[in-house]
Amino acid sequence: MALLEIRDLSKVYQRDAQRIPVFEGINLNIVAGEFLVLMGPSGSGKTTLLNLVAGLDEPTTGTIRVSGAEVTAMSRRDLAAWRSHHVGFIFQLYNLLPVLTAYQNIELPLLLTHLSKQDRREHVMTALEVVGLSDRADHYPRQLSGGQEQRVAIARAIVSDPTLILADEPTGDLDAQSAQDVLTLMQRLNDEYNKTILLVTHDQRAADRGHAIMHLDKGVLTG
Amino acid sequence: MKIPLIYNIRSVRRRPVSTLATALGMGLVVLVFIAMMALSRGFRAAIVETGSRENVLVVRSGADNELMSGLSRSTAQTIISMPFVAKGPEGRPLASPEIYVLVSLERLAEGDALVVARGVSPQAFEVRKDVKVIAGRMFNPGAPEILVGKSIVGRFAGTEIGETINFASRDWTVVGHFAAEGSAFESEIWGENEQFMPAFRGEVFQSVTFRMYDPADFESIKQTLESDPRLTVSAQREYNFYANQSVLLTQVLSFAAIFIAGIMAIGAVFGAVNTMYAAVSARAPEIAVLLTLGFRPLSVLSSFLMEALVIALIGGMLGCLFALPLNGIMTSTTNWASMSEVAFAFRVTPDLLLRGVIFALAMGLIGGFLPARRAARQPIVQAARRP
Repeated sequence: MALLEIRDLSKVYQRDAQRIPVFEGINLNIVAGEFLVLMGPSGSGKTTLLNLVAGLDEPTTGTIRVSGAEVTAMSRRDLAAWRSHHVGFIFQLYNLLPVLTAYQNIELPLLLTHLSKQDRREHVMTALEVVGLSDRADHYPRQLSGGQEQRVAIARAIVSDPTLILADEPTGDLDAQSAQDVLTLMQRLNDEYNKTILLVTHDQRAADRGHAIMHLDKGVLTG
Repeated sequence: MKIPLIYNIRSVRRRPVSTLATALGMGLVVLVFIAMMALSRGFRAAIVETGSRENVLVVRSGADNELMSGLSRSTAQTIISMPFVAKGPEGRPLASPEIYVLVSLERLAEGDALVVARGVSPQAFEVRKDVKVIAGRMFNPGAPEILVGKSIVGRFAGTEIGETINFASRDWTVVGHFAAEGSAFESEIWGENEQFMPAFRGEVFQSVTFRMYDPADFESIKQTLESDPRLTVSAQREYNFYANQSVLLTQVLSFAAIFIAGIMAIGAVFGAVNTMYAAVSARAPEIAVLLTLGFRPLSVLSSFLMEALVIALIGGMLGCLFALPLNGIMTSTTNWASMSEVAFAFRVTPDLLLRGVIFALAMGLIGGFLPARRAARQPIVQAARRP
């Protein structure tokens, strides 16, 4: 059974009388442990698809199931709780909270769990170790390089051990070397920790790290 | 409330100028609120503390204040000889039939003001234990001598010891100053009742104040006095009599405090709204992250409300800090109930400071609500991609 099932998914924006379809009738399965790359030109709807999977946006029609749970049928409140357990999100612009240290940023998702302070500490330190930044725990985002910031963001995405990692152009704002480091890290998360990853990018080097590549163009998804 | 408070505190610290400006606006409102309430409290305290709970003040039936009252010598004598009037060590009744008139005195600053001249019996200082001569000496019976309350000393001409004040077409020599624990008596001039009565060409006293043997008997004493066919008087505890005199002005001052501070608060709330909208707008990507991580909109709402409260708390504390030096500063006003000038001190009490802080927090809560709601309701999708 697929971990992620997308059935007949459509997203159509309605502007006055004008109907602007992003995509229509998309079907996609991702099995557990897969590393799927979604490519396509700007404006093709890659990020929209990712946001729909994360429950950040509502589809016009169709269903999305993650581990059997129907994301598209959940209330906004339930979605928040669901996301905190099942989705790790990595943004292009890292989106760390500037006033919190690396440690505190990574700890944020754990504040939504019932873990004790000691348990949270263990989880955060493990995540920092995985991304190779144990010595940067007390640094603020402004004291880190772009690559390090993105690794902290990845640590934040994996710290609560989510079902699915969604990454939206994670290397889009990084120099070549940092981008390679981040991609290597994501590949390790997939290989060593068996994390299921859906990566949206238009960077071919990033795409090469995945198991499979799908293309989204003009509203059509092709393998 | 799951978003850590440290996030808000540090966010506030990141924009010290706008935080301080907003807090300062609230602080000034709190200052005005506390100052006016302290004025009202101080006035009330001065008037209320004038009276003792052990004393009974008798005026003519139907008189709201001493000025309107008149009791004949025989009425006064009848009251004083009642068995429930306490006796002093020498066996004399602890009672003071009093003359109460307003005299116009020249202020050292400028203009004239009405001051109470009270003619008392030599027992008055035993009836009112809180009144003490603090400089000079007691007036001599039979002499045109007066004592001046310490609040008046230095504010009106001729109030120093040895100087003379002219009223009722006579010169009166100041022989001493007295204190009365900050009460309104300190704004009065005291002389002997038997000297004042002929000087003011009256044949009546305005009131009789006496000490009760047992203060618990007040109700029956009141009953006895008011139902006595020889007297047409009304009796009140001295404390209540003066407390009632403070009600009108205290209420006006309290109303003014709330009204003026309320209007100012509207301005301060707009300031807070502005600051918080700016904060929410600047931090849209951060809010989007929190929502993406799974924090509920309600958590975001309370987090930003908390931030507004942090700013308000700073404002409230600033206001308290500004207001503290006011404590004890003397001022004066005309008591509308007696038409005389009363000096009193601002009273900044701990409960007033607490009220000031609560007032500030209320401003923060009101000012923070709409921006916090916008934060909680903002669409996640666009915001997260904004640099």
